[in-house]
Amino acid sequence: MNNMYTFDTSTLWAALPEIFLLSAIVVVLLLDLFLTKPFKQATYYLTQISLFITGVMAFNLINQPQIIIFSSSFILDNMASVFKVFMIGSTMVAMVYTRHYLTQHALFRGEYFVLVLLSVLGMMVMVSGYSLLTLYLGLEILSLSLYTLIAIARERAGAIEAALKYFVLGAIASGLLLYGMSMIYGISGSINIIDIANFAANADLASRETLILNFGLVFLVIGIAFKLGAVPFHMWVPDVYEGAPTSVTLFLSTVPKVAAVAMLVRILVDGLGAMHAYWADLFMVLAVLSIALGSVVALMQTNIKRLLAYSTISHVGFIMLGFVTGVISGYGAAVFYVFVYILMSLAAFGIVILLNKKGFEADQISDFKGLSNYSPWFALMMLVVMLSMAGVPPFIGFYAKFFILQQVISAGFITLAVVAVIFAVISAYYYLQIIKSMYFEEADKDITITAPMSMQLVLSINAVLILVVGIFPDFWIKLSLSLF
Amino acid sequence: MDNSLLSLLIWLPIFGGALVIWLGNERANTARWLSVALSIVVFIMSLSLFTEFDSSTHLMQFEEKASWISQFDVYYHIGVDGISMPLIILTTFSSILVLIAGWEVIQNRPAHYMAAFLIMEGLIIGVFSALDAILFYAFWEASLIPMLLIIGVWGGDNRVYAAIKFFLYTFLGSVFMLVSLIYMYNKGGSFSILDMHNLSLSATEQAWIFWAFFMAFAVKVPMFPVHTWLPDAHVQAPTGGSVILAAIMLKMGGYGFFRFSLPITPDASLEFSEIVIILSLIAIVYIGFVALVQRDMKKLIAYSSISHMGFVTLGVFALFLAYTPGTAEGALLGLEGAMIQMISHGFISAAMFLVVGVLYDRLHSREISTYGGVINSMPKFTGFAVLFAMANAGLPGTSGFVGEFMVILGVMQANIWYAVLAGTTLIVGAAYTLWMVKRVFWGEVTNPAVSTLSDINAREFGILTILAVAVVAMGLYPQPVIDVMHVSIEHLLNQALTSKL
Repeated sequence: MNNMYTFDTSTLWAALPEIFLLSAIVVVLLLDLFLTKPFKQATYYLTQISLFITGVMAFNLINQPQIIIFSSSFILDNMASVFKVFMIGSTMVAMVYTRHYLTQHALFRGEYFVLVLLSVLGMMVMVSGYSLLTLYLGLEILSLSLYTLIAIARERAGAIEAALKYFVLGAIASGLLLYGMSMIYGISGSINIIDIANFAANADLASRETLILNFGLVFLVIGIAFKLGAVPFHMWVPDVYEGAPTSVTLFLSTVPKVAAVAMLVRILVDGLGAMHAYWADLFMVLAVLSIALGSVVALMQTNIKRLLAYSTISHVGFIMLGFVTGVISGYGAAVFYVFVYILMSLAAFGIVILLNKKGFEADQISDFKGLSNYSPWFALMMLVVMLSMAGVPPFIGFYAKFFILQQVISAGFITLAVVAVIFAVISAYYYLQIIKSMYFEEADKDITITAPMSMQLVLSINAVLILVVGIFPDFWIKLSLSLF
Repeated sequence: MDNSLLSLLIWLPIFGGALVIWLGNERANTARWLSVALSIVVFIMSLSLFTEFDSSTHLMQFEEKASWISQFDVYYHIGVDGISMPLIILTTFSSILVLIAGWEVIQNRPAHYMAAFLIMEGLIIGVFSALDAILFYAFWEASLIPMLLIIGVWGGDNRVYAAIKFFLYTFLGSVFMLVSLIYMYNKGGSFSILDMHNLSLSATEQAWIFWAFFMAFAVKVPMFPVHTWLPDAHVQAPTGGSVILAAIMLKMGGYGFFRFSLPITPDASLEFSEIVIILSLIAIVYIGFVALVQRDMKKLIAYSSISHMGFVTLGVFALFLAYTPGTAEGALLGLEGAMIQMISHGFISAAMFLVVGVLYDRLHSREISTYGGVINSMPKFTGFAVLFAMANAGLPGTSGFVGEFMVILGVMQANIWYAVLAGTTLIVGAAYTLWMVKRVFWGEVTNPAVSTLSDINAREFGILTILAVAVVAMGLYPQPVIDVMHVSIEHLLNQALTSKL
């Protein structure tokens, strides 16, 4: 490759969505400065329009032949494009829910949307990053935006605490990741994923010289586990989920997981795929611990945001199980699980936000009491989401678990599958608690829904999709498998 | 239309249920009429399964097959044979009764109540007709959801506990089945239940798969010692919920043994048959005594259900002992007796729960001690109650006798002592049922409220008459039902006796 270290403008089109989004961010930021109060809503619409156009651009790049540009540090392949479209779509949905929350709690500021756009940009860079440096830069753009987003509710002590906690722990994680990267660079002599992959494939992994490769790998896995929120690197998850404004939690718990998985795929599968046997063992431990702790500790939660945080941890465990298998179809199962998880998580937090009113955060499980009387429709939707998360067919969550289990069993880890299903049953208990509140108990306060029709409509579609895709999952399964 | 008959039976109630939800509780009467009309239409349609059924073959009939999840070769594949067809008709039959029974009684969210039963009807028909393991699992689990809500929303004081216990118990049982289904898919490359029947499995594999299936089906039946969810669920559930639970949902467990355990793991079934038989006998004898001391009528009937369902598992697993080369008669009797027992128990338990429901609607008590001398104010009702009680006790001439008698005959050829133990149920069963009848219906009126009771109205009379006819008809002339299932059962017996090793 002669053009490896040259800047070739003819391939810039491959990064068109990122370039457009960056320009849009600047425009939105500047415009917001000059918008007077009555026109503040314009920022929201501009954000949605920018996201939409970026999404269309990314969509048009699907099925382009794979291309690696910018001195081998940026890749455009189907995985990147599909992930980008999915992240942007999810962000747009999240923004619809977010707007209701922000207006109810007087947090509606232009910066909020700019920060969201910035974090999306960071995630897009992560998804397309093909060198350790690009990946790290993308991660930092994402993380710094998120820290600030959490702290945007600056009057709330909980939010500040959450932001600081997330910042400190996130910084440590980034440090570990960076340390691991430097080890890998030190031994392989390159930060490009291709070169690292070549090096790892040709290295004698048992020799003393490559011990440092292993050493670096451990730090990389820790860094990634931190970002995913896998046990034992999960401590920040419940606190941050609880402390952050719900709209931020909604965003934080959904879209960045896609980016984290993309980073995982780039580094561990594309880069260090030859060392799968080494990192799969680590993943197995992380996965089992996450599923177990996520299922058991959630039983004691009364705050629904914390509960969903532990539920996320357990879902992350399942996602990691897919990577343990070490086969393409297993990775496909993991990616399918991510898609499904995002769909469910968006709907779950969407319904939490739906119940929000001025001065009322519906963040306790008891706030759902009697919802089936006040709003049978959304109670039914929440029922669908909860059962789907528990893995009950015919909802989509079942097929995600089923796919993972099928892969795990096919890879020969039957015990692992049995452990996973036992904890899945345990976790069903707390999902049932929410159903219990909604259906079996009477309301003790007025929970009439005041959210705008647009949000109710999007939320309904979101939740109905959980059922519909559950009945016709074929397309999504095939799509997830085609990415590898 | 013939080709899509089964699909119609599954989806008509489900979409009908969705329509009823949409109608909402404000239009309760429309919802009621629509639900009952739908269930009657479905029942009439299901009768053509019976009339057009070819009982000379064990092959699946009314088959439909379409690709569903092509990635895993999962098909939307449904069909019935002589084992599943009667259970489907039992389902459509019982559903009409519960919908009518809930007509006035349910005033809290009536449309949702009706819709839950309709959707559950469709899902359970799906369970009985699915020929693809994943389709089966999806229907199997999905049918828990309406039942969870029925118990939880319309149940008694302790309904939350009962509903969650019910859900978790069955969920825990079934996930292991899922794991073994996936295992067999990875081995054989197909999720078709019929392909799994032919999949060759080693002894160890069979043992593991057998126990995984056993967890799923034993919880559902329910067998001793995993029966404890049933009394709770029954006592707390509204009458309709108890009826469906006893009449149909328990049969899903028995059906699982017929469709999965015996044909897929014949050698393991043989190896562990003694254990299952002993558990069944414990259920029959010990649970019978437990029923004797109950003070709550619903609890009593719940325990009696467990005891009667013990006959089903006994009949199924006794085949290995009853079979001696050359004479398959004992084994066949046991299996067919188990099937008849399932259907008959469907009628009788439904009737018994409806009887208790009639009393509960009037005095809001399930305690036996509340009543006494009911015959004085409700003579017509008492007539029905005594008939069903006799059937429950296994009086010859009622359906309760046929199944138990066949099973005992079959077991007799296996081991006389097992037959003697199983036979004691005729005494214990008579004891707890008739003692309850004595305390509730006969004797002096001790509670003044009892004397003010009004006899059953036309609606209740209609429901109980239909059931009485069914109970007596099955008791006097069970032959048509046996004819329908005979060839399928023979085939099943053949599968169960053919070693896969």
